[in-house]
Amino acid sequence: MTTEAAESVEAAGVAPAADPGFLQRYGASIEYILIPGAALVGALAVFGGFIALYGKNPLDLYFYMYYGAFGTWFSWQNTLTRAAPLILTALCTALPAQLGMVIIGGEGALLIGALSATSAALALQGAAPIVVQIAMVIAGMIGGGLWITLSGGLRQYRGVNETISSLLLVYIALAILNHLVEGPMRDPASLNKPSTREIGAANMIGTIPGTDVHWGLVFGLVAAIAAYILIYHTTFGFAARVAGGNIRAAKIVGLSVGKLIMTVCFLAGSSAGLAGMIEVAAVQGRTNANLAAGYGFTGILVAFLARQNPLAIIPVAILLGGISASGGLLQRRLGLPDASVLVLQGIIFVFVLASDALYGRIGFLKGKS
Amino acid sequence: MADASLGLWTVPLAVFGGAIRVSTPFLFVSLGECITERSGRINLGLEGTLVMGAMSAYGISYLSGSPWLGVLAAGMTGALFGALHAGICSLPRVNDIAVGIALMLLGTGLAFFLGKPLIEPTAARLPAIDFGWWSDIPQLRAALRINVLFLIGVAIAPLLYWAFRTTRWGLLIRTAGESADAARAMGHSVLLIRLRATMIGGFLAGIGGSFLSLFYPGSWNEGLSSGQGITAVALVIFARWDPMLCLWASLAFGGAAALGPALQSVGITSGYHLFNAAPYILTLAIMIITCSPKRTLTGAPAELSITR
Repeated sequence: MTTEAAESVEAAGVAPAADPGFLQRYGASIEYILIPGAALVGALAVFGGFIALYGKNPLDLYFYMYYGAFGTWFSWQNTLTRAAPLILTALCTALPAQLGMVIIGGEGALLIGALSATSAALALQGAAPIVVQIAMVIAGMIGGGLWITLSGGLRQYRGVNETISSLLLVYIALAILNHLVEGPMRDPASLNKPSTREIGAANMIGTIPGTDVHWGLVFGLVAAIAAYILIYHTTFGFAARVAGGNIRAAKIVGLSVGKLIMTVCFLAGSSAGLAGMIEVAAVQGRTNANLAAGYGFTGILVAFLARQNPLAIIPVAILLGGISASGGLLQRRLGLPDASVLVLQGIIFVFVLASDALYGRIGFLKGKS
Repeated sequence: MADASLGLWTVPLAVFGGAIRVSTPFLFVSLGECITERSGRINLGLEGTLVMGAMSAYGISYLSGSPWLGVLAAGMTGALFGALHAGICSLPRVNDIAVGIALMLLGTGLAFFLGKPLIEPTAARLPAIDFGWWSDIPQLRAALRINVLFLIGVAIAPLLYWAFRTTRWGLLIRTAGESADAARAMGHSVLLIRLRATMIGGFLAGIGGSFLSLFYPGSWNEGLSSGQGITAVALVIFARWDPMLCLWASLAFGGAAALGPALQSVGITSGYHLFNAAPYILTLAIMIITCSPKRTLTGAPAELSITR
């Protein structure tokens, strides 16, 4: 027995590839890529079948999806432009998830953030663009942040389920937005599509030099990296994860769970609010009902697909941004309804959740001890 | 003329009529969700089921010419979505709330996809019974044109109340919801009980959807349901999982939802969108009043993840 063990250690030393510890050490990480990847492939296959039933060639579908998402520089830029708000709205679900909360109200925070940012810009007309832009960022983040903090506070202090309250707040936010753009904040010149006045071309945040991708992408990347550092490399993040793992243990070691919940919800909402600010300051130039484009809801899917990890959110947001970027091409070339992107997203979501059952069950990844 | 004679009475009358008309989807979804939640699972996907039900009812009614076939198709679609939810949730370590969100997105997406060709055509609609024949006031007659589905929904509520209390079936569902271990010890499959409960819940929610497209508002479009499904799920919580309270709460919600259009009909249009948000605000307000962080809600099934 002892000689056998010694031999295996020696063999491991000679050939690292055959190291029996390799899979043990990295098996878990491989799982985090392999399982969602397999779920994605499965979802694409089912969607292909669905499209085949609809009378279209699934191979055409895959080709146009790839082409419309990543095939050309133009489609890459389109994809990245859509990924920017998705990163931010995904953080709105992923941050509270560290505390074990399921927040699905990113869309509401996005709308409130957009409204606040627009109000700030309209109030500061005439100021230097950089001042207006900074004010918009701050207003958007505070507006969105307070909106989700409302859900967090209701959960912490009134025991109201945060999933339901955050979704109800989406509809309330939409009503507030519609009320304001059709009433008090309406630009009389906007006839067909009620909107607020424009924030002014000088105050738009513009594009990254050499591309058509607006600076919002950089905002998103910075926010995701900052969130990653906050959660995995700070005491605050550690406390949040402890509270998410076991709330009683967190209370016993003296963590103030209420404060954690409120802070994390504020940060979550402010990132979705920032997405709203970006959509106003980089795309729409004003606030109107166009802002409710569903980025908040797709963000939920991004967060779940990324397993609530802020860094993983970046590639996943690009992937789903690509899927939605290809929607237009699917409509034009294959004659598919614009809702096909929604169907695919729904199928992916279902597959990803069902694949949760696979973790720790794939034989060859367990390694032999 | 009648408008002038009724004056501001039009508003309460329209709210009353609206309470009956608008409450029906709330009623069906909440009764369905009540069954599902009593068995220990929460299905947030009923929003998607509602929209799917509305679309399939409209499609089948258009193709077959029979609105009742449409209602049946909506119920079957709902049951199918319920089975999907229960099936995925029965896998180990899968969170029922997350699956609900996924099915909400999938249901709405699929309904928009398949329902695209249905926006133009007009399908046969459900008939209404005229309870206001004795009156000369057109508004009152309009308010009393009541759909059969509403009456069915009103009948299901006490039936369910009775079934939960006295039948073996009701006891099994409640056992699965209170203690899965106890149900297992009695030799029953908890997964099977929940599968059936979720399918019945989906069936009812689908029928609620058919009411939307086949009676009121009575057409198929993508803005047909905006959160009625999710509001109804929240409604079950403050109805304390009691079918009779679900009925009263649905009526109250219908009334709140009818407030916006009612005020608009007498010319009060400012704040229209805010009045339209009344059901959501009401839900939130009632949840704030009735929930408490210190104790679990009375009547809450112990196995329900939302109350733990």
